[in-house]
Amino acid sequence: MSDLASAAVERVYREHRTRMLAALVRALGDFELAEDALQEACSQALRKWPRSQVPDDPFAWLLTVARNHALDRLRHAKMARTKLPSVPEPVAMTEKQLVDLGDERLSLIFTCCHPALAEDARLALTLQAVAGFTAAQIARTFLVAEPALAQRLVRAKRKIRDAGITFEVPADHLLPERLQGVLGVLYLIFTRGYTTADASLRFEALRLGKLVATLMPDEPEAHGLVALMLLHNSRSAARLSSDGEVVLFEDQDRSLWNVEEISEGMALLDRALRFGSPGPYVLHAVIAALHVQDPVDWARVAALYAELLAVAPTPVIELNHAVAVAMADGPAAGLSLIDGITGLDSYHLLHSARADLLRRLDRRSEAVAAYRLAHELAVTPADRRFLAARLRSLEVS
Amino acid sequence: MHYMFLIYNCEDRPHPGDPRFEEILTRVNAFADECRRRNVFVSGDPLKPVATATTVRVRDGKALVTDGPFAETHEHLGGYYLLDCRDLDEALELAEMIPQAHFGATIEVRPVDHIPGLNHGVA
Repeated sequence: MSDLASAAVERVYREHRTRMLAALVRALGDFELAEDALQEACSQALRKWPRSQVPDDPFAWLLTVARNHALDRLRHAKMARTKLPSVPEPVAMTEKQLVDLGDERLSLIFTCCHPALAEDARLALTLQAVAGFTAAQIARTFLVAEPALAQRLVRAKRKIRDAGITFEVPADHLLPERLQGVLGVLYLIFTRGYTTADASLRFEALRLGKLVATLMPDEPEAHGLVALMLLHNSRSAARLSSDGEVVLFEDQDRSLWNVEEISEGMALLDRALRFGSPGPYVLHAVIAALHVQDPVDWARVAALYAELLAVAPTPVIELNHAVAVAMADGPAAGLSLIDGITGLDSYHLLHSARADLLRRLDRRSEAVAAYRLAHELAVTPADRRFLAARLRSLEVS
Repeated sequence: MHYMFLIYNCEDRPHPGDPRFEEILTRVNAFADECRRRNVFVSGDPLKPVATATTVRVRDGKALVTDGPFAETHEHLGGYYLLDCRDLDEALELAEMIPQAHFGATIEVRPVDHIPGLNHGVA
C-alpha cells in the first residue's frame, strides 16, 4: 500500500510538476512560496496516502493542499508583519478555479524568460521551473558552483515577485518581441546541448519548443524553431565518429542521420512556411533543411543567409554566409567576406573556416597560422583534437 | 504598483529659444498627457544641472556638506517620473516612451517599496 502510494505521488509529480507549479505561481504570485508549498503537499501525500486511499484526482489533491499550506504561511507572515515587510496579497481562488486554471505552463515560460531578468538567469530559471532540472544539474551544465547558481535562481525569483513581473502571457502588442525572447532562451539551451554534446539539454529544448508550438499553434516562429532544432539534432549521431572525433559536414555518413527527425522537422517547416513572411527561426530552419538535401544547394543557402543578414545581422550569420559563399563561388570569394567580419576574433570557428579556405587556396603558411589560432581558442576536447590533426596534416605535407 | 523612473544622462537640455526646445517640450508634454490618459501619472520633474548639487553626510552626529553630486560618475540623475503602473510590463513600455530616452538618456525603473507603518502615503 505504501509503495503504491509513493508510486502514485511520484507519478503525479513527474507528469504534472510543471503544471502544478505554474498553477501555484499564478495563484500565489510568488515562485519560492509556490515551490515550497508543492514540496510540502508532496510530503503530506507521502504521509497520508498510505493510511487512506489514494485520492481520485491526485493532481487536484496536491494543488489544494499546496495552496492551503501557502495561504496558511501567508496568514502567519501577515500577523508577524514586522518580520516580513512585503507580503503579497494572494489571489483569492476557489479550489475549482485552481484546478480549472488550465494550462499555465505557457505563462510560466514567459515569466521565466522575461527580458527584465539577466540572460543566464532566464536560462537557469527555465531549466529549473519548466524543465524540472535540479540546481546541481544546472550548475554542472553551466560550469558554475552550485551555491552561486542557487543564489542566481533565488535572486531571479525575488525580482519576479518584487518588481511586479506578472505571471501571464504578454499582451498582444508585446507578444512578437517577447516570443522571440522565449524562443531565444530555448535555442540557447539547445545550442549549449550541441556544443557540449549534452543530449539531455537538446532533448529538453526540443520538448519545451514543442510545448510552446503546441500551445501557440498560430506562431510560425515557434514551429520554425522546433523544425530547426529537429533538423540539427537529426545529424547529431553523424557529427562525432565512434571514437568521439569531429566529422566535418561533407564527410558525414548520411545513413547515420535520423530520418524520423528530418521528416518531422520538414513537416513543421512546411506548416511554418504556409504563414508567409518567414521570421529568423523559419529562415534558419529552411537553411537547415537545405543541408539535409543531396547535393546541398549552396547558392540558395548563401542567399538565405543574406536574407537573414538583412533582418537580424550578427557576426556569426556573416560567418555562415561567407562559408556558404565559399561553397557556392569558391574559397577566394568566401575568404574576402570572412576578412571583412569584425567582432569574432576570439571565435575558433572563424579561424578554422579561414584556415580551411587558405588551405584550399594553397596559402599554406597562412593556413597553419589560422589553424594554430583556432586550436588555441577551441573549447571542447573533440574540437581541439580535430584542429590539431588538421595542423599536423598541413605541416607534414 | 508605483514605479520610480530615474532619468540619467540628460544634462544637455535645450533652453527656451533653442529650436529643439519647442520640439522636446511638445514631446514631454505629450508623454505626460499619455500618462494621465492611462491614469498612471503620480508626479514627475526635471532636476537642475548636476553643478547645482550639494551633498550632505552626517557622520558622528556632524553634518559634512560638500559641493557636487553623491557619486563622481558620468551618468547623472537628471529627472524622474513616479507612475502607478499595472505591472512591470506596463512600466517598461512607458519607460521606452519617455522622450528623454530617445535623446540619449538612460532610464532606471525601480518599484516603490511598501514599509509597514510608514506614513508617507502615495505608495
